[in-house]
Amino acid sequence: MSGTVSRTVSNTVLPTGPVVRTPRVSLRVHTRTVTGVVVLLVVAVVLAAMALTLGDYRLSLGQVVGALTGSGSRAQQYVVVGLRLPRVAVALVVGAALGVAGAVFQSLARNNLASPDLLGFTTGAATGALVSIVLVGGGPTGTTIGAIVGTLVTALAVQALLGGAVGGYRLVLVGIGVNAVLAALNNFLILRTDLSTAVAAQSWLVGTLNGRSWPEVLAVAVALVLLVPIAVAGSRRLDLLGMGDDVARGLGVTVERTRVVTLLVGVALVGVATAAVGPIAFVALAAPQLARRVTGTTGPGMVAAGLMGAVLLLAGDVLGQRLAAPTQFPAGTMTAAIGGLYLVWLLAREWRAGR
Amino acid sequence: MSAGDVPGDGARLRAEGVTLAYEQRTVIRDLDVAVPDGSFTVVVGPNACGKSTLLRGLARMIKPAAGRVLLDDRVISSYGPKEVARRLALLPQSPTAPDGITVLDLVARGRYPHQSLLRQWSVTDEEAVRDAMAATGVTELAERDVGQLSGGQRQRVWIAMVLAQQTPLLLLDEPTTFLDIAFQLDVLDLCADLHAGGERTLVAVLHDLNQACRYATHLIAMREGRIVAQGPPGEIVDADLVRAVFGITCAVVPDPQTGTPMIVPAGREIRRQRREAARAEDPVGSGALGDA
Repeated sequence: MSGTVSRTVSNTVLPTGPVVRTPRVSLRVHTRTVTGVVVLLVVAVVLAAMALTLGDYRLSLGQVVGALTGSGSRAQQYVVVGLRLPRVAVALVVGAALGVAGAVFQSLARNNLASPDLLGFTTGAATGALVSIVLVGGGPTGTTIGAIVGTLVTALAVQALLGGAVGGYRLVLVGIGVNAVLAALNNFLILRTDLSTAVAAQSWLVGTLNGRSWPEVLAVAVALVLLVPIAVAGSRRLDLLGMGDDVARGLGVTVERTRVVTLLVGVALVGVATAAVGPIAFVALAAPQLARRVTGTTGPGMVAAGLMGAVLLLAGDVLGQRLAAPTQFPAGTMTAAIGGLYLVWLLAREWRAGR
Repeated sequence: MSAGDVPGDGARLRAEGVTLAYEQRTVIRDLDVAVPDGSFTVVVGPNACGKSTLLRGLARMIKPAAGRVLLDDRVISSYGPKEVARRLALLPQSPTAPDGITVLDLVARGRYPHQSLLRQWSVTDEEAVRDAMAATGVTELAERDVGQLSGGQRQRVWIAMVLAQQTPLLLLDEPTTFLDIAFQLDVLDLCADLHAGGERTLVAVLHDLNQACRYATHLIAMREGRIVAQGPPGEIVDADLVRAVFGITCAVVPDPQTGTPMIVPAGREIRRQRREAARAEDPVGSGALGDA
């Protein structure tokens, strides 16, 4: 089918970049993506090492390594392995979950502002978790299931309100409305409960990594292991969906199935992450876009978005702990403050682009 | 050839008694149509007559409410989605190019139905993309941002993407709309080139009847969801057909350049008189003479 035209120019070299070909595998290697992912990995490791040394009890890098390998003093081991490591791990896995979820939603909605926090999904997750805390008494499993259900219901409601892919402002306005309603509902739920539950719920609602430990890490890590491969496998199809339903279907993409599967993946990631540490703002919004800037790709880039999310949340937590020490800001407050500025900048840019 | 006549019953792409509807609105009811193999078929008709709906139905974008679409003698829905995409490509009316995508990356996406998770850029893929870009003359633009191209160049790039699918059937929904006349001719010449090899069947929805007559080997004229006439333009296009399809009075003369039928609408006064006469004859306006 190549036709006659082709033969005359068939020796043109396409600027494809490096290509890997074995008998069974053939891939185009996007050099900048690979570099970007490696850089993000290095940044994550450096940040994690920093986070392990910082704190009221200052440690050198050597002491941290010593504690990790079991040669340090008991106090050092307790601080590093018992206190700081789980906190760092929570930040990394929750940030990664939010980054991937953000990439999924933004590419599903074909809109950079369609992140779970702006659209109210995160608040919805909190509502679900609170309902489970107030009505059933909570417990990690109940909170997680509640958060996932809350996210799903919110996602479906928002989708019904929006009716398909839409421009930035309408999306933000719907998000503001949904967020307001759900925030009011959350307050109502807290007021209805006894004092101790209310205090616990309120501190969770701020979005903090304080006091989080291995059970939370494990829950989110399991979700990542199960869901990220699905997101990665679906990302090419999501890429194609970005060209319109008819184009995607014409290329053989199962449009509806791709939408449902990736939506569920995103919902589950947000639900699990929120159940673990409470609502964290703006990581899901900013991570995919910043990742795309680093890798120079047009598509969702799940892996890069996840790494960027992990870096952002860990950085937010380190800043929150050390910026005004001994006063500690919750990670959620930090990401909201930084993310807020990012959002203002983003909106100004979208506005200038006339969207 | 009259409306009931279906040429080429063994055609690779055909529809039997299809009813195509969006939600509650039925656009096409119980329609039979076959796309002659190896033809450059052009679908024409007034706005909202169902041209695009027919094309979308043939390309399995809409599931028929009744009847069936057959691709290579099998109901189209019985194929896997990628399998259809290896036999039939569709360029819809307004595709969206992702922000910042390069021409090469966009064209390469046309290879999706031939690829798998591990096989994403085989030698065949590369050759198909190279051929498609050469055939549409966009090779030099390979590294350019699609968003920065002119309308005509962009349409060439999109055609290159569906070409890279390497399908024997190629469906184009209004490929010339929103382009100025030079780019319209450019795209139509490209279509004629793509058709010239004889291995490819092209179906396009067009607005301009004169262009349709120049380029089509097979014309399908539609009105209100029905096929009014189909066949080679030279055999079916006359003043009566144009009036029946578009409701305008005109003369049909041979195109001074190509000899194909050329529609010259009657002057304003004559058309007004005809309209009034028609209204007097048929006050409810139920006939095919509604005003255009």
